Amino acid sequence: MGPPALSPFAAGICGLLLLLIPFAYAGLALMNSGLGRSRSAVHSLMASLAVVGVASLVYVICGSAFQGYPGRAAFALSAAGKDWNWIGAGRLFFGGLDFDSGSGAALAACFGMFAAALAAVIPLGAGEERWRLGSAAISTAVLAGWTYPLFAHWVWGGGWLAGLGTRFGLGAGFVDAGGAGAIQAVGGLAALSVTWLLGPRRGKFSADGMPTAIPGHNAVFVTFGAMLALIGWFGLNSAAAILFYGASPARIGLIGVNTVLSAGSALLTAALVTRTRFGKPDASLSANGWTAGLAASSAGAAFQVPAEALMVGLVAGVLVTLSVEWLELHLKIDDPGGAISVHAVGGMWGLIAASFLGHFPAGAGEGQWMAQLTGVATLLGFIFPMIYGLNWTLDRIARFRVALDGERQGMDLHELGANAYPELVSHLEDVSQR
Amino acid sequence: MKLAGFLLLPAGWVIVLSAIALLPPGLARGAFLLAGLGVEALGLVLVVRAHMPEPPPEGARR
Repeated sequence: MGPPALSPFAAGICGLLLLLIPFAYAGLALMNSGLGRSRSAVHSLMASLAVVGVASLVYVICGSAFQGYPGRAAFALSAAGKDWNWIGAGRLFFGGLDFDSGSGAALAACFGMFAAALAAVIPLGAGEERWRLGSAAISTAVLAGWTYPLFAHWVWGGGWLAGLGTRFGLGAGFVDAGGAGAIQAVGGLAALSVTWLLGPRRGKFSADGMPTAIPGHNAVFVTFGAMLALIGWFGLNSAAAILFYGASPARIGLIGVNTVLSAGSALLTAALVTRTRFGKPDASLSANGWTAGLAASSAGAAFQVPAEALMVGLVAGVLVTLSVEWLELHLKIDDPGGAISVHAVGGMWGLIAASFLGHFPAGAGEGQWMAQLTGVATLLGFIFPMIYGLNWTLDRIARFRVALDGERQGMDLHELGANAYPELVSHLEDVSQR
Repeated sequence: MKLAGFLLLPAGWVIVLSAIALLPPGLARGAFLLAGLGVEALGLVLVVRAHMPEPPPEGARR
């Protein structure tokens, strides 16, 4: 299901939509900072800026060449009598791209740069308060320069996952209209690997394994960040649908409606679940629910009717709330930003939901559920072990975790030399007892 | 256990790919695809368990 050539009008609209995408990672960065403690507030945002910069640079250098675009040069393996297009063979530094003509390939390269940066910000939420800035930057370089472009080629660059429909009769092939898999799940699985390699924050789990609540320092950041992210998601879902699935610019309205519905319904169910369990709705978990709705909407917002988007969000809100609790209580995973639950779980739910809640272009028939499950299987069975292995190796070279003293002091003071809030006494548990 | 889990994950993925590449459309293809996902799920369980901290010894609990 390759995209048709873009009209000048569509190319212009797409270019404007791309410029909205940074709001998505601005929102996530604000949420991550708010969900951490004040002692690491500016370090969290500084890390977000750093990984955006690194991801953008590395993607321009080599990521775009690996991601490619349908119809452009690529490498394929031959197996079982079929060609498996597995990686782009483009030129480094955006070489060979014509930015003046508004070509799909050029706009897709720009989209990829923003998308790689978004995927890179996601793991920061899991590594809050203990992931060293330099290590995060190095891990980001690998994510943006290799892991994300590889999977994005399979999904959007003419690769084998998108071709499951034409080659193996699986519906319209694996569909990921806004990056629920390529961006959200990849970022969320990277977050899982980072969490495991870093271990929990000091004091998070007691000696008998019970989790201690470490509330975020600024719920206003968290909730406003969620709202800001919505603007970015408008750009993400709409631009990807136009670039990779041939959606008409007129569809932007429907995509926007579906995105908001999914986020809003996820927020409402998350608020309802937390109110039922804890007596009052929890603002942070509800904001995470909103973001999970956004992540889930990225799979099929371009191909769903509003009622379907609503259902996707309703389930996403429940899933993320239960997942956050389950990961912490039962699996002993310390994920301050909820990155794993929001992005990995939310994104994969969106992909699975697109199997039965979506109306794909002509030619798609039975087997869409198998195509979506193949994509999910690829994320879990290949991409996740690869991410974990790469991060494990990097951890041996450039230690991921900050020293104990640094964690006690706070990342702001330890790595940046200055607190975000120098007038506040924030380390109450470290102030000597009277 | 961790290594076994990380070996089962791609093994399950290969089963999924084999199912779609080698089997004709039908019940068998779907069944093998789900079986591959099952193997992946098993691998994920092993990886998760390998990362969970050891429970404290019985005598340490009050």
